[in-house]
Amino acid sequence: MDVGTLLTVQLPTLLVVIIGVPAVLAGYIVLGEFLVRRLPDEARPRVRPWLWVGPALAFVGLFLVYPAVGTIIRSLYDKGGGTFVGLRNYASVLSLSDFPSSSSVWIAIRDNAYWLVFYTILALLFGLLLAVLSDRVPYETPVKSLIFMPMAISFTALAVIWRFMFSYQPPGAPQTGTLNAIVTGLFHAQPITWVQDERVNNFALIAAAVWGITGFVMVILSASLKGIPAELLEAARVDGAGEITIFRRVILPLLMPTITVVGTTLVIFALKAFDIVYVMTAGNYHTDVLANAMYKTLYLAQNFANSSAIAVILLIAVIPVLIFNLRQFRAVEARR
Amino acid sequence: MTIAREEVAAPIQVGVAPRILERLGTLPLHVGIIVLTVAWIVPTVGLLVSSFRPLSAFSTSGWWTALSPPFAFTLDNYQHILATSNLSRSFFNSFMISIPATVIPTTIAAFAAYAFSWMRFWGRDWIFLALVGLLAVPLQVTFIPVLSLFIKLGVSATFLAVWLAHTGYGLPFAIYLLANFFRALPADLFESAEIDGAGTLTVFFRIILPLSVPALASLVIFQFLWVWNDLLVALVYLGGTPEVAPLTVTLANLVGSLGQGLQFLTAAAFISMIVPLIVFFSLQRYFVRGILAGSVKG
Repeated sequence: MDVGTLLTVQLPTLLVVIIGVPAVLAGYIVLGEFLVRRLPDEARPRVRPWLWVGPALAFVGLFLVYPAVGTIIRSLYDKGGGTFVGLRNYASVLSLSDFPSSSSVWIAIRDNAYWLVFYTILALLFGLLLAVLSDRVPYETPVKSLIFMPMAISFTALAVIWRFMFSYQPPGAPQTGTLNAIVTGLFHAQPITWVQDERVNNFALIAAAVWGITGFVMVILSASLKGIPAELLEAARVDGAGEITIFRRVILPLLMPTITVVGTTLVIFALKAFDIVYVMTAGNYHTDVLANAMYKTLYLAQNFANSSAIAVILLIAVIPVLIFNLRQFRAVEARR
Repeated sequence: MTIAREEVAAPIQVGVAPRILERLGTLPLHVGIIVLTVAWIVPTVGLLVSSFRPLSAFSTSGWWTALSPPFAFTLDNYQHILATSNLSRSFFNSFMISIPATVIPTTIAAFAAYAFSWMRFWGRDWIFLALVGLLAVPLQVTFIPVLSLFIKLGVSATFLAVWLAHTGYGLPFAIYLLANFFRALPADLFESAEIDGAGTLTVFFRIILPLSVPALASLVIFQFLWVWNDLLVALVYLGGTPEVAPLTVTLANLVGSLGQGLQFLTAAAFISMIVPLIVFFSLQRYFVRGILAGSVKG
């Protein structure tokens, strides 16, 4: 990029945007209020709320509700969008004709199931372990900072980091990837093609993702852990309970509500997994997931009908979590 | 004498022995946590060290060999990748995308959260419940209709398209977080302001916003990092157009295209991480608070 256009075109554009966008938004609300004040007294309280929620509802309606409904409808029409075909797109997407191959949606469903189980459980386990352990050492803050750091970087950068962790050289050659150096140096085993070998690759990708999300789990559980009254733990200790008993009988039950909330969030993340798979394998070697299958069908196959069907399958998979979230939310509201 | 000495020595022994035992008892704890922490930072450190290693060393030995003499570090990888790829342009694009895509949803969400928490209107609680439900909806369901809309309006592959999309996608979480915070503000504050004759605008700009700086800061950081790190939304609405591609898209493309020059990828990855890492380490407190306030964003 040359410095000339940067200074004359791009930086000014950025400045205009930084100043202009808030000015437009503030202008909207000030002008709107000005108009609302001209209304007769009894109309004002009925109109005013819509002035304030209006833009948000318009955006959410246009970018979430309308397209979600549109996708569901589209998934019931043919490729061109003209003829109603019922569930035929779903049948074609879910057909077993290309089953064992990497492009089958069933492989993506299987891999999403792996993600759902292993990603959620491993992230919860490591997060809980780190939260409980770091709570007992004086250098808690730096430890938590370092574990949490991967949360700040993109999944793309994360995938690059792990690509190098997993890198493979033929047996005999010096291994430059950290994991294969450990495998060959410490365990004197053959190097493993982590990303290609279908016995391990899904778990390798999941491990990379777990590395990234554990900090998130740890931070939330750690905050919840600090909310447990110290007297409660002290009382248990006085009664002669060992640390492990205290953890199982006191800490774990008290953390359960938080673990559930974090768990559901992880389930949503697992179902939506995309970036890591896209960057590391592009869904090859039987590592595809639904989000990536949908992207491929949309951009590579240009098949909007089948792509919509895959998106709806993803939506259906999320619905139980969605209902659970709503229940949690209403339960919390009821306690307010 | 001997009795006296024993009397003196005894309390010391009683005091020291348990302390040593205690230290020994916590040793596994310290070892465990240090091993885990080291394991956690090795991948990042490995990449960082690799990014400063010369080409000749990169393919013949592991990054850890660079930690012992003779030291051979170089900036070549950074110079090369900045000169030959679209990375510097993408760096600017990432700012161009992330700043408005943070400002717009935060402002609109603040307006809406004010109405949801302090105004009465038809369907208020149901609409809010629907927003909570939308938090879980996979964005994939929205891509095709929104993309067709953008193409029809002629804004696909422009910054405007991603700003608008990120605003729509970010709003449910933003409103959820802010409304929870606004609702917790004391009601007397509003009542006394209204008695003093303050209008809605005054209450919003003079009372709510200044009191909500911590919540707004969390949201801004969260949304900024979210957009900066996003790959999927940018891929879908910007296509592969290099003129508008953010860092994540360019980096993902480099993974596929570099082939032989893989070591340059290490430098590229670090360049993409600089801004998030600065934001994270300087504003960690707010970031954590944002995560704690509403941990259902997807």
